[in-house]
Formats: sequence, structure tokens, C-alpha cells
Amino acid sequence: MLAFLLRRFLTMVLTALCLTFVVFFLTNLPPNLEKLAKTEAGSRITDAEVASWLEKNGHARPLLARYGEWLGVVPGWTRSENGVTTGRCIRQGMDPATAPRFCGVLQGDWGRSSFFKAPVAEKLGYHLGLTGILMFWVMVLMVPLSLLIGVLAGMREGSRLDRGLSTFSIATTATPEYVSGVILIAVFASSLVGLKWFKGTATGAMEQVTFDNFFLPVLTVALYGTGYIARMTRASMTEVMTAQYIRTARLKGVSFGNVVLRHALRNALIAPFTVIMLQFPWLLNGVVITETLFSYKGFGWTLVQAAGNNDIPLLLGCSVVAVFVVLVTQLISDVGYVFLNPRIRIN
Amino acid sequence: METLGWGGILLAILGRFWPVWIALVLTFAVSARFRRRLGLYGRLYDSTIGMVGFALVMFWVYTAVFAGGIVTHDVLGQVSQLRNDPPGAALPDGAGFYLLGGDHLGRDVFSRMVAGSRIVIQIAPLATLFAFMVGITLGLPAGYYGGRLDTGLSFLANLILAFPVILLFYLLVTPEIAETGLPQYLAIVLFLFPLAFLVVLLNARYHVQPARRNWMVAAILLIGGWAYLSLVSAPGSRVAVLPAAVDLIDVPSNILIVFVSVVFVNAPTVFRIVRGLTLDIKTRDYVAAAQTRGERPWYIMLWEILPNARGPLIVDFCLRIGYTTILLGTLGFFGLGLSPESPDWGSTINAGRKLLTIAPHPAIVPALALMSLVLGLNLLADGLREESLRD
Repeated sequence: MLAFLLRRFLTMVLTALCLTFVVFFLTNLPPNLEKLAKTEAGSRITDAEVASWLEKNGHARPLLARYGEWLGVVPGWTRSENGVTTGRCIRQGMDPATAPRFCGVLQGDWGRSSFFKAPVAEKLGYHLGLTGILMFWVMVLMVPLSLLIGVLAGMREGSRLDRGLSTFSIATTATPEYVSGVILIAVFASSLVGLKWFKGTATGAMEQVTFDNFFLPVLTVALYGTGYIARMTRASMTEVMTAQYIRTARLKGVSFGNVVLRHALRNALIAPFTVIMLQFPWLLNGVVITETLFSYKGFGWTLVQAAGNNDIPLLLGCSVVAVFVVLVTQLISDVGYVFLNPRIRIN
Repeated sequence: METLGWGGILLAILGRFWPVWIALVLTFAVSARFRRRLGLYGRLYDSTIGMVGFALVMFWVYTAVFAGGIVTHDVLGQVSQLRNDPPGAALPDGAGFYLLGGDHLGRDVFSRMVAGSRIVIQIAPLATLFAFMVGITLGLPAGYYGGRLDTGLSFLANLILAFPVILLFYLLVTPEIAETGLPQYLAIVLFLFPLAFLVVLLNARYHVQPARRNWMVAAILLIGGWAYLSLVSAPGSRVAVLPAAVDLIDVPSNILIVFVSVVFVNAPTVFRIVRGLTLDIKTRDYVAAAQTRGERPWYIMLWEILPNARGPLIVDFCLRIGYTTILLGTLGFFGLGLSPESPDWGSTINAGRKLLTIAPHPAIVPALALMSLVLGLNLLADGLREESLRD
């Protein structure tokens, strides 16, 4: 078990390094840097001035060195000009002699957002918190709903209830967030139908979460995932229901309800656990779309702003968070699966 | 002229789609007549769900084919009086109606929705097919040989899968990236796979008949190679291998980026599916028999394993076209790649969402269109799965 964990962990670190390097490479391509120089130093500067600005701010160094600096394993660059020493790790008004040698992600220095003019760590922390609230309510709605649908559909395969719920599941998996969000807003928040039960934006929810400003975004994110988890649960449930021990229990005279609740449910819920964990990366996409649609300024909104405004440090920060979430959920789902399912042994 | 009521709108729309109805009825009549001779496709007509799905999919396919005859107005033509007008609004000069209203620039929502189907139907199946070629060409040897090759390829696939799709799109589909020529380099790599796949496929089969093999492979290399070169090269960009005169297929650079990134996102999942199926099938007796006969590895992979993996692959192909449609919509929704004027569904939803609470119809119409197509594909996949499991 320990060797398995260690191997998984090492693969994870290697994957994270590769992914962040790819993101670093793609965000630091020459056209991006040129655009950065023009937004920082004025849009009408000449090519020579762009080159000198990049040189002065440490962007002209080799890619690997810059990646190492950002990561915090290569000492930050320093530069002496006319007796003034500047450097990656030397903040304004800081004595160059006391400045740290390394300042990268590993040291907790995520850089400074060029668009928001604020430290990336601070910015990310705030917006991640907002997304955390959204995700929490999504989970609260999605997990019980999808498991219930899946179990109800799977306990009597081929019944009318099964057909109805399965069609519903297929319909939700065919409805991406930007479609369901638009339909939900039009039905429940616009003058078209005139229901106006909920608000069409979730901007107010950043201050105070209420039912009418938060229900629609939560439902929008939850719906797309619900169908998928429900289908997995249904498949797992139908498989369990045909097992020998279920038939034995029925023949012993245990009531159908008891068989489902006591005998089938526990074994049927192992597979959906993995699926729910692996839904996190998918939810990340949903969150970006939904936050944009409902103008809720969470992590997804930040990612869109960072990408749209060529904010390299912030975009890198977002990628680190996204990659981290994906890899950690993969690890948890693998380890959890082994714990939940005694039939799987790792040697 | 007065505005149309809901009944009038419905009748007018049904009337506009007349070529689609005729084509649908013909398709169903002919297929149902000969269904016993049509294999898996014929058995689809035994399942209600599959038939409904197939009808939805074919509706959009025929709409895309006959789009030129269905649209009522110019897709880009603006009539400023009809800005955000509700469905059924009459044109001021009496030249007809905006059947599903006007959008924020006074363009016809109905015509844009119909024209948008053409973009989706052109890109989504083709991109999925390319992703399948890439996934199959890499997944078969990874599953068959195992070992280092498998470890390496699986690691790469997991690497791409660990990327949140939207982040990848935001990184790949930007004007800055296009400037560096990176999408074209990616296209060079990704488009090579279908060519390699076809050559290896035929070579493995007709290896024992060199004369036949030679002219077949030569024909594929000539036609495919020319198509490949004219697809990747664009005059005036970083990759301009072919002179403009021979470069017949000219894909606009923004469409190429969209296409490449969608293939890139889909290929690793296909790879994993094919690899899993190969691992399962290679333990079967007929594979062992082929090995004993002395068949070569690529023959076994492509002509013994692949045909026996076709059931799950066909089902996944349908599902994946739906997923690709969703991805294309996502790209349009974020205004990535496709031009803002383009009538594709994602871009129209994006344009319409700003006024959603006042005038929802410009966003609702393409949203429902996209949903019905994806739903159709999912139902079709479900029907196919059921029918292929039956034997």
C-alpha cells in the first residue's frame, strides 16, 4: 500500500511539473511577452524598446531558467544598472542585500497580477473562497439527487420508472451549462414567461447567499453532472441487483425495500464514488461557464479575466490550482476505491 | 403587415423545413424497408429510443445540407427596426417575417440558427473522426505491446486529460498562439495519423499481394498526402509548404485552431478506450490463433482486434460527436476562435446572453438547437448500445 501511494504521489508530482511547464511555455510565448511589454510600458513603443523592456524585467532569459525562477528552484535574477540593483525577488523599497535569493511558487510567492495590480495569492484566495461556496452547494444538491435517481432507476431494470429517469439522465448530459443556464434564466428570471422567481445574476450572492440569487447557478452546475453520476449509479445498481446474494435475500423473504436499502445500496455505491470524485475536473469547466453566465466573481471568472487580459502570473496561478484539484481528486478516487472495495488488492 | 401569432410561426417554420421532412421520410421509409439487410444500422429501427435519436440527428444533418434553401433572410443582414423584436415580427418593407425574432443587431434569429447547424455538422463529426484515428493508431500498439510504450503513451494521455478543457482552450485558441504557428505544428502532427492509419491498415492486409498493395498505398499516399499538405499549409503563414496554386483546401486559420484543439482534447480519451479494449481482446483465442499462424502484429491489431472492438467504439463515436458539439459551443460561448459574426450556436448564445432577461429568444433558439442535436446523438448511442448488446 505504501509503495503504491508513493508511486502514485511521484507520478502526480511529475505530472504537475510537466503541466505547469506546458502552461508556462504557452503563456510566455514571444507574442504574449510583447503584449505584456506594451501594456506595461505603453502601447506605442518600438520593437527595440520592447526588447529592452523584456531584458530589463528578466523576460529575455532562457525559458527553463525563467520556469525555474517561477517555481522557486533557481535563484531570482538580479541586475545592476547605474548602481541600482533590481531583481525578481527585490520588491520596491527593499534592500537588495536582505532580499531572499529564491522567490517562486515553492516559497509561497505567486507573483503579482498585472491586471488587478494585486498579489496573485491574495486574489486567488478570495475568489477561490467564493467558488468554494458555489461548489459546496452544488455538491449538496448534486450528490443526493443523482444517487437517488440512479438507485431508483437501477433497482428495477426496464420498468417504467427506469425508462423515465434514464431519459431524464440522458437529457441532462445533453445539456451543457451554457444551454441549461440560458433556459433556466429565460424561464425563471426573465419577462418572457414572467415567473421571475429567481434572480438572473449571482452578483449579490458574493455578499450574501440567498435562495433566490444562488439557486439558479447551483442548479446549472449540478444538472450537467447529475445525469452522468445517475447513469453510473444505475449501471452499478442493476449489476448488483442481479447478483446471487440479492436473489438469496429475496428468497429468504426479505422485503424488496429492505433488500435495496440493506443489501444492494452499499455495494452499488462504490463505483459512483469514483465517478463523483472524477467529476471535479468537469465541474471546473461548469464553474467557469456558470460564473461567466451569472457574473459571479469566483475562480472561473478570475481564469477568464486572467486569460482575456494576458495576465501571465494570475493565469499561471489559476492553472496551478486547476491542475492541483484535478490531480488530488484523481489520487483520492484511486485510494478511496481501494479502501471501499475489498476485492481490489495492491501488491 | 401584422406580426404572426404562435400558430402562424409554427406553420411557417414547419413549411420552411420541407426539404428536410421529405429527406427524413425517404430515409426512414427506405431504411425500414430493407432493415433486415442493414446489420446494426437496420436493427436500430427496432428500438424506439434509437429511432428518435437517429431522427433528431438526421434532422440536423439534412438541415445543414439544405440550409441554403431553408434560411429566410441573409445571415448577416441587419434590419435596425427589428432589434430584439419578439418572434413573428414582420419586416418593415413587407418582405416577410422574422420567424423567431431579431437579435441585438436586428439579424434574423431563425436563419442564423439554421446556418449555424452547417458549421457544427461540418466540424464536429470530422474532428471526432480525426480524434478516433489518432486514438486508434496509438491505443492499439499501447494495449497490444504494453511495456514502456504503454507507460509513456498513457502518461502523455493522462497529462492532457488532467488539463481542464477550458484552460487548454484559453491557452491554445488565442491570436497570440496562432501568430507563433503552434496550431499548424499541432495540425502537422495530428493530421499525420489518419494518413498513417490508412497506409498501415492496407499494408497489413495486402502485404502478401505486393502488386495490389503497391498501387493502393501509392494512391493513398498521393491523394492523402496532397490533402494533408494542403490542409496544414496556408500561404503567407509559418507553414507554407505548398504554393498557393496547388493548395486547394484552404481552411481559415481560426477554424483550423478550433479543429485542432478539439481533436487534441478528444484524442486521449479515445486512446484510453481503445487501449482498454485491446487489453481485453488480445487475450482471446482468435488472437492467439492468428499469432500461431504467424500473422504480423499490425495485422492482428487492425484486422483481428479492431473489428471486434467496433461495438463500443461506434457507441462512443456517437457520444463523442455530441461532446465535440458541446466543446464547439463552449468555444463559441467564450468567443474563442470563431469570428463573433459567425452564426454558429455557441457564438449566438454568447451574443444573446447579455440581454437574457429582456429578450431571451436570440439565446434560447440556438441553445435548444444545440441541446436537441446532442440529445439526439446521446439517444442514438443509447439505442446502438442496446441493439449491439443484444447479440
